[in-house]
Amino acid sequence: MEDNSKKTAPVKERKVKGKVEIDIQKCKGCELCTAACKEQALTLSETINIKGYRYIIANNDACTGCVNCALVCPDAVITVYRTHPAKKPVDITPENIREQLHDIVSTSK
Amino acid sequence: MQTEEQLLPQTALDPVTPACHEETYEVVYHKPATLVDVPMHYCPGCAHSLVHKLIMEVVEDLDIAEKTIGVAPVGCSVFAYDYMNIDMQEAAHGRACAVATGIKRLMPDKYVFTYQGDGDLAAIGIAETLHAVNRGENFLIVFMNNAVYGMTSGQMAPTTLPGMHTTTSPDGRDVSYYGAPIKVAELLANLPGAVYVTRQAVNSANGVRRTKKALMNAFKYQQQYKGTCLVEIIGNCPSNWKMTPLEASRFIDEEMVKTFPLGDIKLPQADNLKTE
Amino acid sequence: MAEFKLMKGNEAMAEAAIQAGCDAYFGYPITPQSEVLEYLAREMPKYNRIVMQAESEVASINMVYGAAGAGFRTMTSSSSPGMSLMQEGISYMAGAELPCLLVNVNRAGPGLGTIQPGQGDYFQSVKGGGHGDYKLIVLAPASVQEMADFVFLGFDLADKYRNPVLMLSDGAIGQMMEKVQFPAYTRPLTDKSSWATTGKPTTRERNYITSLFIQPERMEEHNLKLEEKFKQIRENEVRFEEYNTADAAYLFVAYGLSARICMKAMDLLREKGTPVGLFRPITLFPYPYKRLQELAAQAKLMLTVELNSGQMVEDVRLGVNGKIPVEFYGRMGGMMPTPEEIVQHLENLIQYHHAN
Repeated sequence: MEDNSKKTAPVKERKVKGKVEIDIQKCKGCELCTAACKEQALTLSETINIKGYRYIIANNDACTGCVNCALVCPDAVITVYRTHPAKKPVDITPENIREQLHDIVSTSK
Repeated sequence: MQTEEQLLPQTALDPVTPACHEETYEVVYHKPATLVDVPMHYCPGCAHSLVHKLIMEVVEDLDIAEKTIGVAPVGCSVFAYDYMNIDMQEAAHGRACAVATGIKRLMPDKYVFTYQGDGDLAAIGIAETLHAVNRGENFLIVFMNNAVYGMTSGQMAPTTLPGMHTTTSPDGRDVSYYGAPIKVAELLANLPGAVYVTRQAVNSANGVRRTKKALMNAFKYQQQYKGTCLVEIIGNCPSNWKMTPLEASRFIDEEMVKTFPLGDIKLPQADNLKTE
Repeated sequence: MAEFKLMKGNEAMAEAAIQAGCDAYFGYPITPQSEVLEYLAREMPKYNRIVMQAESEVASINMVYGAAGAGFRTMTSSSSPGMSLMQEGISYMAGAELPCLLVNVNRAGPGLGTIQPGQGDYFQSVKGGGHGDYKLIVLAPASVQEMADFVFLGFDLADKYRNPVLMLSDGAIGQMMEKVQFPAYTRPLTDKSSWATTGKPTTRERNYITSLFIQPERMEEHNLKLEEKFKQIRENEVRFEEYNTADAAYLFVAYGLSARICMKAMDLLREKGTPVGLFRPITLFPYPYKRLQELAAQAKLMLTVELNSGQMVEDVRLGVNGKIPVEFYGRMGGMMPTPEEIVQHLENLIQYHHAN
């Protein structure tokens, strides 16, 4: 296992974009997420939170939304978001939207 | 129940605003609602909080919060009921399986699980655990094995590795004096009452995925099969191992799994199926 | 009127448990009360109730904890060494305010002791037994009929106060056969939904059963709440029986089996013209201190008779508070005094105190 916490990742163009939100006041700075992040997008802050812990800050430009960080977070402080992979260009029609929405709903269940 | 229209972002419904499809973020992971939204008392990096979260995710995914009763006995996880937003009972040290027997025998349609540490299950409570599994009590035992007593701050557990330093084995566990670590999963898998026995670790994202899958199976099996499910989870105890959480994760990969190999030990068989 | 049956004390108690709507019994064999588990193992399945022979008394009391915590009417029974094993669980149940019925068919100790009857568990039953500040409601039957009656009463008191109730019997009453009549019983409605762990619907907050209060402020708050409950019990649940106390200058004070022997001793003394009465506490907690205090105003001497080295006598002295002499006579090790022995002892005491 590699300690990625001190590295920063180069930003590259990706098909799927992710972003994370961190509840920094509940973060204990254990850094398990930094090791789980393949994109090295997570680092430890220089400042401390209300409990006195250094917390995790995210470089969302590098995030793919792979969820690894949130999975290993013991304190469940990470919420992960992701865009859809870019599909073929779509015409925006109500039918289209319904169809895609159905996909979203069924995959998030 | 929300309709599709309600879920749809307002911009997407507006025909004059072109929606940028790629930029629409959707939540792909969030804290389960069954986990109470308070900071957990566990040390930074502690596997207990992680496994609490996993159990609550499973309960939420299966939508069984109304039918689930948890039992958490003495140990670091004695406060589990502060975090799990379901009905729970706190049990005396070692007695979770007896308490769970009392619950499940009277409410066979509910989902019941115990959440026990290595001291609780494998030392003071091994009699209750063994007999519950032997009777094939139809509940899930979540066994957190971190090879050390956490709550009392770092004494030797029945699962402490040979040579491992603890506050009561300062020169390392001497197997000739204290015996070898108890392999709980293998031991209990021998009993006919055990229907599903697996050992997982939560020191990596994939380990977490596998552990969640195992817990998911175990909850489902409670309804499908006769017998006891045991999910042993190799967790860390950074504070008492005197390691950082990341070092503790490596210690699991490099040392713990040698004594406690991961994987399924016993899977349900067709003749374990419940018959109506 | 229900018919009379001839039954063993233990079996009458087991039958009463079924009639009282006991949902589950968890127990472990031990002489002299194994008939309870045997009887229930045979009868409970007919009513679709749960009966289980646990791997130990430690396990059985914790099964009771689980079932009681889920809101069910549940019980266990044992005899002295087994009760010692249960003390941890009993303390937890009292701490977590779980109702249940416990039965101790007392045998002589200490240690493995003997299987013959004794009353050496008075202190354990009344003064704590397990760790921490708590009380059990303790009922002391003196007949097979009471072993049955107190099951109904015990369950109802347990539910009423959310506290374990202990029936402190002994090996003689458990084993003897007498006629018994089961009352027509209607179980009072008790709503346990505000605390029982039956699965959390979305309409209420989660229920959890615990005796853990890590913050001292909250722990003390809980202790005070329990004390308030014990105060209510002291005020409302004292039970005793008196025989010939109206004109008694001398009083036997005895519970359970000892009271039966004293009854005969009293009759023998009355035949001789000695004004003797008998005071029999039925609840050992709450203890009838107040009534003893009143009786001390009219009597000259009290003699406490127990099958132990002198345990309840301390409570009699607390009640009497030095007003009159309180003496003790007891046998131990499963031995029982004869009425004549007790008569002799009281006559000696009367002579002694008269001379002084």
